[in-house]
Amino acid sequence: MSEYRVEMKVNGRRVAEAVEARTSLGDFLRLKLGYTGVHMGCEHGVCGACTIMVDGRAVRSCLMLAVQAEGSEVLTVEGLADAQDALHPAQDAMRKAHGLQCGFCTPGVVMTLASLCADRRCDEQSMVAAMSGHICRCTGYQGIRRAITMLAAEVGSAGSDT
Amino acid sequence: MKPAPFDYVRPASIDEACTILSEAGGGATVIAGGQTLVPLLNLRMSQPFVLVDIGAIPELRGVDRVVGGIRVGPMTRQADALEDQLLAQHLPAFVRALSHVGHHQTRNRGTIGGSVALGEPAAEMPATAVALGAEIEIASIRGTRRVPAEAFYLGPYMTVLEPDELVTGIIYPDWPQGHLVVFQELAQRPGDFALVGMVGALVIEGGLIQRVGLSWFGMGPTPMKMRRVEAELQGKAPDALDLKSLSRLAVSDAAPFDDHHASAEYRRTVGGRMFTRSIGDALALGEVA
Repeated sequence: MSEYRVEMKVNGRRVAEAVEARTSLGDFLRLKLGYTGVHMGCEHGVCGACTIMVDGRAVRSCLMLAVQAEGSEVLTVEGLADAQDALHPAQDAMRKAHGLQCGFCTPGVVMTLASLCADRRCDEQSMVAAMSGHICRCTGYQGIRRAITMLAAEVGSAGSDT
Repeated sequence: MKPAPFDYVRPASIDEACTILSEAGGGATVIAGGQTLVPLLNLRMSQPFVLVDIGAIPELRGVDRVVGGIRVGPMTRQADALEDQLLAQHLPAFVRALSHVGHHQTRNRGTIGGSVALGEPAAEMPATAVALGAEIEIASIRGTRRVPAEAFYLGPYMTVLEPDELVTGIIYPDWPQGHLVVFQELAQRPGDFALVGMVGALVIEGGLIQRVGLSWFGMGPTPMKMRRVEAELQGKAPDALDLKSLSRLAVSDAAPFDDHHASAEYRRTVGGRMFTRSIGDALALGEVA
């Protein structure tokens, strides 16, 4: 079985590894690089738990092969807090609004919200619509909705580009 | 939930991709955005020997004005097409349908060509191509050809595409400014494949319907063009339409089946009401998206 050399930037760190073509980007990040904040749930693109950012866009890491990320900038939840470990506004809002219980879906939810903040699409409507791509079995979504309301108010009013 | 092993190539040009596909003798599968293919690989429903990634071929990307229409490169990401000014201005029905494809996160990777070429019968993009009268441009080492979308689909995930062929463009004909958009879909959750949906466009000039293109999705083994209804609507005055009887005709152009989401009878019932409502809405509201 042939392996392929792949180079990318993960959370600001340049990595070069050999991978099988069939290795998903999610498995690559977890198993080769140890970023276990990438939660693999359904592995066929339904649950959204494995959502990460590739070149600034929220994508499902189970639906992308590691070899396809060649030359990309990848961000996982581990890379979201700043150097001083201050939480990203999306993380902070989820915590304050009790947007999680078991936490399995949370990294994916947070990465989608953070990508929308970065893309300046942090209005409440866009963020709520993007939540259709995530399944949460604990919260009944109301905590997540409150987090979004909080985040939209905060990031929107701060004019922040985080 | 892990794919069977395969080899991987990333050609830099259409010619190179076609050569690889030809030499693979049917053992190759093309990957564009992978949002439908990777689940099929993970579930081992698809087990290619070699995966041909067309993501690095620049000429397969982008939306361009061409004579008589708009050409969409198959590798154009759904998220990019959704923001495209040309498409918004000229093909509002396309954009409306596209906004129902998958989720924000899958549209960031998923492509127009991937959806069109796969031919999921309940998907929005194949039906939109059929309704609007698009042509699919196909290349292989044997040359290029163009196939009307209506003739492209043979069954669920079955198209006229030969194993050595690659979709290189989808060309949508011009629809005049101010045409009416028809779109409605019923799905269990936003982003799911439709249980029943319809898409199309209507042109009204001089108080008469001058041009119409309509298709079902989720209502048969392929997108189902509403041929008889189109013929019936052509040249008619909108306020003289008997939508009830037209809806029966529209449903008779479909061939829905039972699955674990809904029965064929349910789909026919919903389809009839959907037809009446969406045509009624388009005409009454003059909904120009």
